[in-house]
Amino acid sequence: MQIEHIEILEFLKRHSPFKELPDDLLQQVASATDVCYFKAGSPILQFGQSLDALYVIRSGAVETFRRTGELYNRLSEGGLFAEQGLLRKRKVRFPATALEDTLLYLIPADYFDQLCEQSDFFADYVEISDEERRKNSPNRRADANELMTSKVSTLINRAPIMLDIDSSARDAAMAMHAAGVSSLLVIAEQRMVGILTDRDLRNRLVAPGLPFETPVRDIMTTELISISHHQFVFEAMLLMLRHNVHHLPVLQQGQPLGVIAISDIIRYESKNSLFVVSSIFRQQSVSELAALVPDVRACFVRMVNEDANSHMIGSAMAVIGRSFKQRLLELAEAELGPPPVPYCFLALGSMAREEQLIVTDQDNALILHDDFVPEQHDDYFRQLADFVCHGLAACSYTLCTGDIMATNPKWRQPLRVWQQYFRDWITAPSAERLLHSSIFFDLAGVWGQTEWAEQLNRSMAQLAPKHPLFLASMARNALQRTPPLGFFKDFVMENDGRQNNSLNIKRRGTAPVADLIRVHALAIGCSESNSFARLRAIIKAKLLPPGRGEDLRDALEVIAMARIRHQALALEAGEEPDNQLSPERLSDFERRNLKEAFQVLSNAQKYLKFRYQGNRS
Amino acid sequence: MLYLGPPKHKQRRLPGDPAVTDWSKHFASLAEQAQHPALQQYYQAGIPGGDTRMAEVPLLAMDFETTGFEPGRDGIVSIGTVPMSLQRIHSSQAKHWLVKPKFALTGQSVVVHGITHSTIEAAPDITDILPELLQQMAGKVVVVHFRGIERPFLHATLLDRLSEGIEFPVIDTMELEARLHRARSPSLLDKLLGREPVSIRLADSRRRYGLPDYRPHDAVTDALACAELLQAQIADRFSPDTPLSELWR
Repeated sequence: MQIEHIEILEFLKRHSPFKELPDDLLQQVASATDVCYFKAGSPILQFGQSLDALYVIRSGAVETFRRTGELYNRLSEGGLFAEQGLLRKRKVRFPATALEDTLLYLIPADYFDQLCEQSDFFADYVEISDEERRKNSPNRRADANELMTSKVSTLINRAPIMLDIDSSARDAAMAMHAAGVSSLLVIAEQRMVGILTDRDLRNRLVAPGLPFETPVRDIMTTELISISHHQFVFEAMLLMLRHNVHHLPVLQQGQPLGVIAISDIIRYESKNSLFVVSSIFRQQSVSELAALVPDVRACFVRMVNEDANSHMIGSAMAVIGRSFKQRLLELAEAELGPPPVPYCFLALGSMAREEQLIVTDQDNALILHDDFVPEQHDDYFRQLADFVCHGLAACSYTLCTGDIMATNPKWRQPLRVWQQYFRDWITAPSAERLLHSSIFFDLAGVWGQTEWAEQLNRSMAQLAPKHPLFLASMARNALQRTPPLGFFKDFVMENDGRQNNSLNIKRRGTAPVADLIRVHALAIGCSESNSFARLRAIIKAKLLPPGRGEDLRDALEVIAMARIRHQALALEAGEEPDNQLSPERLSDFERRNLKEAFQVLSNAQKYLKFRYQGNRS
Repeated sequence: MLYLGPPKHKQRRLPGDPAVTDWSKHFASLAEQAQHPALQQYYQAGIPGGDTRMAEVPLLAMDFETTGFEPGRDGIVSIGTVPMSLQRIHSSQAKHWLVKPKFALTGQSVVVHGITHSTIEAAPDITDILPELLQQMAGKVVVVHFRGIERPFLHATLLDRLSEGIEFPVIDTMELEARLHRARSPSLLDKLLGREPVSIRLADSRRRYGLPDYRPHDAVTDALACAELLQAQIADRFSPDTPLSELWR
């Protein structure tokens, strides 16, 4: 006979991962549950002791510890422990002690196994340290949005219309008309050599008044921007944005599979970053640009609500930020006249890493041509920098408190000076000097001679791996900010057991992850800027112990998404977004994931210390 | 220093508390006298000796819902039992029976237990479930909150049905609370000042140990609540080494 334990059942119904279980299963669990009371201070589980149950805190509080005696976790009502031990030979891994007078519900190990088997949610929830859990949760949510999960190939609805390179423009127009398309691919010797679009016919044939018999080879676009069929629609969108094209050939093993047009994507999405970007380029003044800020924020919130991942959001915001800079520079040049010598406007930090969010400093700099003569030219560039930086500030990219901006003469220098800066930082390093310059190691060209930015990236990637002292200094700086241990009730738990009301999720989370990834990336001479791209290179180089790179990637995703959601929630509530995370706003699920992610970060920092500091203290 | 021995609690007896000094011996003689086979078996299973450490005593938390408070006049309608030890409360092995009293359910008790006439009409007589109940109790010491109900009601009911009653020792969690909070009778000053005595009701007692609020008046939930209270009391004021004789009545 099964007894219905009302109190146990009602309690489980209020807490994850039980409340997600079907009612009948939950009733069985409640009926099989045992109970035990522990007075404050008394040990509950000892290391290595055999386990026969999952422990759920009914009332009170419990601390779990590592074998070293280090605090592992502090849990309160609804918290559960011993799951790691149950998953590993049913032996206690993290000893537990009652912190307060505590009543525990004990769910038998056999039921635990059964729940893991019958409920994916339960399994995800309890599986230890859970690369699985960290990975699955964003993925599962992402199912909701087609744009983010659809492959480019799903947008192709017909084979590409192809034409020989020697055909006439008229033939091309007729073929396009017959097929009802706005572009076709141009073929020579069975290879795709170019693309011809409506725009090409208009701009390169009709406008200059060329005859209709002109061969397509003279009017086609040969700088082919294409995309692979297995990439995401989202990536196609970004490619179009970046290169300002409206058609993308889709390739499968080098062969054209079809062409997607911007209108194909628009059919999927009608209000997205694409529109924000295009409206940026239509604005005629700083005040008009500033008026777009609500649209930018709406676009951010929208992406969060549609469950985009952090990389999608970070790069969309970076593209938007980059567009603001580009438009401001266009406006500046229109006002000040053409530049006296060529220049390159640089984005630094999160924008360069394509990890930009809503609350962000502007970090930028100017590389000038080596012919730059301060007395003659600097007046122009000072005004240019002033215009852009204050324009950005008006668009709510706040001025950089560290004065890392093009307005600072130190960061408005010819290419050779910049090369010398990097040589000095890398060959004669000191942690103090590098502390404020690590941001320069995330660098991207935004406007003008962007190849100079590439040049700097390449030379730092070449130099860095050969300078262990530089890496050691960077590593030391990367260890200055550490993650907290986790959460307890509505507090942030520090490693020494102290409790705080809130957490700066940038300073204690995303920034230290980016910092440590940067050190590894420099060590292997990787010239990528994005943290995920860097991690891929780091994993490929086998720099980290097996699995650690993947763990770190998932941890970064969890932490970044927590920060992103925090800002989106604030925006939706009509508050000014910030990086200060309050645990009371986090769900149980987020807390657990974050805790695991902090743990991964903490371990990764220990490894970084070991790897680069070694015998040098 | 003058040693005065262990503190003597005022051992107030309730009417109906058995005057038994050696329960093991008493059970052996009851086993001889009992007529009903289920009772014979129950007594034959024995009872832990008074000097047994609490850590080693098998226990059974028990709660009855009744039609009133007079054992001779009111009847049992529901029985909940939860086996336990100091280490664990085996709520997974809890039992629950509805039984049909000889006496009519009053409107008042229906309100308290939420057990209706029709449910009770369909329930068996206690003699039908007696073997099962006694099997649950066999070899274990019964734990109740306020010993004025379960033991006298079971005794009276069996006396009525089988013409022989039942005797067994109980640990009374309410009495354990009373020992702490009612060690002395309220003084005249307390009375004059209108000082309320500390409540030793189940829910209030549980709160003092940080135990959660459970909704009362379901026999199994009340038995579970009582089991948890005993674990908390022993963890707080006694020890696993406390001999059984210090606690039972």
